[in-house]
Amino acid sequence: MNTKLVKSAAMALVLSGGLTTFARADDAATQGGTIVVTYQDDMATLDPAIGYDWQNWSMINSLFSRLVDYKFGTTEIVPSLADSWTISPDGLVYTFKLSPKAKFTSGRNVTAADVKYSIERSVNPKTQGPAGGFFHSIVGQDKMADGSATTISGIETPDDSTVKFTLTQPDATFLNVLALNFASAVPKEAVEAEGADFGKKPVGSGAFKLDEWAPGQRLVFSRNVDYFRDRPYLDGFKVEIGQEPLVAILRLQKGEVDIAGDGIPPAKYLEIKNSPDAKDLIVDREQFETSYITINTTKKPLDDVRVRKAINMAINKDRIVRIINGRATPASQVLPPLMPGYDKAYKGYPYDVEGAKKLMDEAGLKGGFETTLYAMNTDPNPRIAQAIQQDLAAIGVKAEIKALAQPETIAAGGNKDQAALTWSGGMGWIADFPDPSDFYGPILGCGGAIAGGWNWSWFCDKSFEDRGTKADAMSKPEQKDERFKVWSQIFTDIQSQQAPWAPVFNERRVVAKSKRMGGSDAVYIDPTRVIDYEAIYIKK
Amino acid sequence: MAALLARRVIQAVAVLLGVAVITFVLLHYLPADPAALVAGRSANAQMIANVRHQLGLDLPLPLQFWRYLTGLVRGDLGRSYIQRSEVTTLVVARIPATLILMACGILVEVALGLTLGVIAAVRRNGVVDRTVMMFAFVGVSSPQFVVALLLLYVFAAHLGWFPMSGFGTPAHVVLPALTLGLLGAGWYARMVRSAMIDVLNQDYVRTARAKGLSRARIVLRHALPNALLPIVAMIGIDIGQFMGGVVVVEAVYGWPGIGQLAWQAIQEVDVPIIMGVTLVSSLAIVLANLLADLIAPLLDPRIRVH
Repeated sequence: MNTKLVKSAAMALVLSGGLTTFARADDAATQGGTIVVTYQDDMATLDPAIGYDWQNWSMINSLFSRLVDYKFGTTEIVPSLADSWTISPDGLVYTFKLSPKAKFTSGRNVTAADVKYSIERSVNPKTQGPAGGFFHSIVGQDKMADGSATTISGIETPDDSTVKFTLTQPDATFLNVLALNFASAVPKEAVEAEGADFGKKPVGSGAFKLDEWAPGQRLVFSRNVDYFRDRPYLDGFKVEIGQEPLVAILRLQKGEVDIAGDGIPPAKYLEIKNSPDAKDLIVDREQFETSYITINTTKKPLDDVRVRKAINMAINKDRIVRIINGRATPASQVLPPLMPGYDKAYKGYPYDVEGAKKLMDEAGLKGGFETTLYAMNTDPNPRIAQAIQQDLAAIGVKAEIKALAQPETIAAGGNKDQAALTWSGGMGWIADFPDPSDFYGPILGCGGAIAGGWNWSWFCDKSFEDRGTKADAMSKPEQKDERFKVWSQIFTDIQSQQAPWAPVFNERRVVAKSKRMGGSDAVYIDPTRVIDYEAIYIKK
Repeated sequence: MAALLARRVIQAVAVLLGVAVITFVLLHYLPADPAALVAGRSANAQMIANVRHQLGLDLPLPLQFWRYLTGLVRGDLGRSYIQRSEVTTLVVARIPATLILMACGILVEVALGLTLGVIAAVRRNGVVDRTVMMFAFVGVSSPQFVVALLLLYVFAAHLGWFPMSGFGTPAHVVLPALTLGLLGAGWYARMVRSAMIDVLNQDYVRTARAKGLSRARIVLRHALPNALLPIVAMIGIDIGQFMGGVVVVEAVYGWPGIGQLAWQAIQEVDVPIIMGVTLVSSLAIVLANLLADLIAPLLDPRIRVH
């Protein structure tokens, strides 16, 4: 993966891996030792209610605990702060029993009140966090989010070790939501003592604690000896900041660095890939990611579905994949192949220039039209935008490229009257949790079609909205497969009937690690955590 | 002297105020929405509006600026949108690293530039002169990142004499300072050379030579001090520039200076940090120029302070 691309994916939480891949038996796992991890950018924050980029996500995950968690390297939900839980038959009430062993690093036990406080804090508008919307199913979340209530009535604590959630409607993804970093338990007294600086001096109940943070230089984490679960293997890890990706790789080759967090720059990629050590140094895995072109469905002539289909048929995806050294697979649909609900039977629109021209003709646009294509200005995105521009020119669409920095590109897409076409590269949608619904709401649903939102197609269709709501109400375990089927059909119908996107490719993630690092590939590119600091170890 | 200082302080405040206004307005009209960025990609309209209100971005621009200004007077640069910490703390944490790199970089460029410039002037039009001027030409025209990566590759990655990246020991500063020094030395060498040639042609130098003074004494004692004036002004400019951060060098060597902070903030549209860094580096430029103006009369009594 290109360095710039990796950098620009900030904001996007990287989730990657496979539902069907299980961690290799890690019987060789050994205890002890510290490792060095590098990143170019300093961490924004380690506050679990705020941190939402792919660097700090793993670190926050290792500092805090949540009611439930994922088994390492998989998407299977397992107990964590909660020893056990029950779900009422109507799917509306979730009751969790807390583990008596869980302690904050300050020495105090984690109680039910902490769990309630922490989720309320994530939703509280005063926190200015990105998390509020995830907890929308809880009764009273809306009042907390708009500031008219100071607590969430749907979270109750009958005693110190019991937390009860009441939902407004059954929600099949509720356990996934509780496994998000945003639901991490934080001690109220530490948050209140530090105020906005809590993100710099975090106190949690996770596998590690933060010992030192020298801005722009390093963060030092050490093992929490009181951790209530078995791991971690490492005694600690040091994150060195400000490391240029190329320098990080040189240092990794010399053995000074164990994980180069920003991946391998293109200049070094082939050298390392073809080296005899490649197998030990490179982790290259699929992730829950799709890169796509959004087509603004409210702008003329893109409001004509025939034009949107023509654009889909005009794009030569194989050529675009070659531009990024083959580190991706051409995409046929919205969902990435790893995601439950991916429709194997749906092949998407073929690359068919003549067919596309015919559709343009039918739409009365034989002479083509002029439009704009927004893209991020970091390599390889301008080159990809040029390839798209050439493909579109072949069917008479003259697209002017506007290559901007990431915040400006996001703003252009989130402005109904501005961006006609937007190439999502570098900002491609990567799932928050392994569920197809996460690929709908913010990027194809009416809720995301707002100024400053991420639905850059401005696609808002009531009938799909209803079908999505019904699907998410299918929360019983035995309905799981049926629900995925419903979602699958929703995405296939959206694309085949309305074509608001031109899906281009599914990008793989590449991480470089030193030879001494042990653990399966799945714990270096984990589906929900990125790097599993709890599960990686040094080989003896 | 006191009058000059008073006048300069007033000028400095005016300059800083001007910089603050211009930066504030430009950042406001940047086509990006900090509120939407802070609220995250799953936010709804209400959440974005909430954040906008919390950050005070829904106020009229003059009122926003007034709030910022009243904070500034108290030394409060606001809080970072992304990191949430106080900008003053974030900037102050970066100042030692920036100061060290600035001092070492200037030391290398002045030492190297003076030596080469004097040699070139003395050996004017000879092979030595041409070689030195060729070096100066290459120096002033080389991109920082090329020189930085080259030095890093040879002396750190290959030979292993210096650490590749980071901050903390004297060894860490060698390569970044050398990168700045090699590039800056070109400018100094050219300036010293032309100033020296000018001075060496003066009557008093001829007199000195006629008196039978040694060449070394003529060059170092009689000519060089008189050629130093433009160098002092130049150092003043460099102090100002380097205090604003040397983004490329800091990025390559992982140097935790102000440039690194600014670069990250610009990518994230973290307005309070961008404002803070701009003001701090403007202040540094103003102070450094003032310093250069105050030192000039000490070196050349003909320059009087008005």
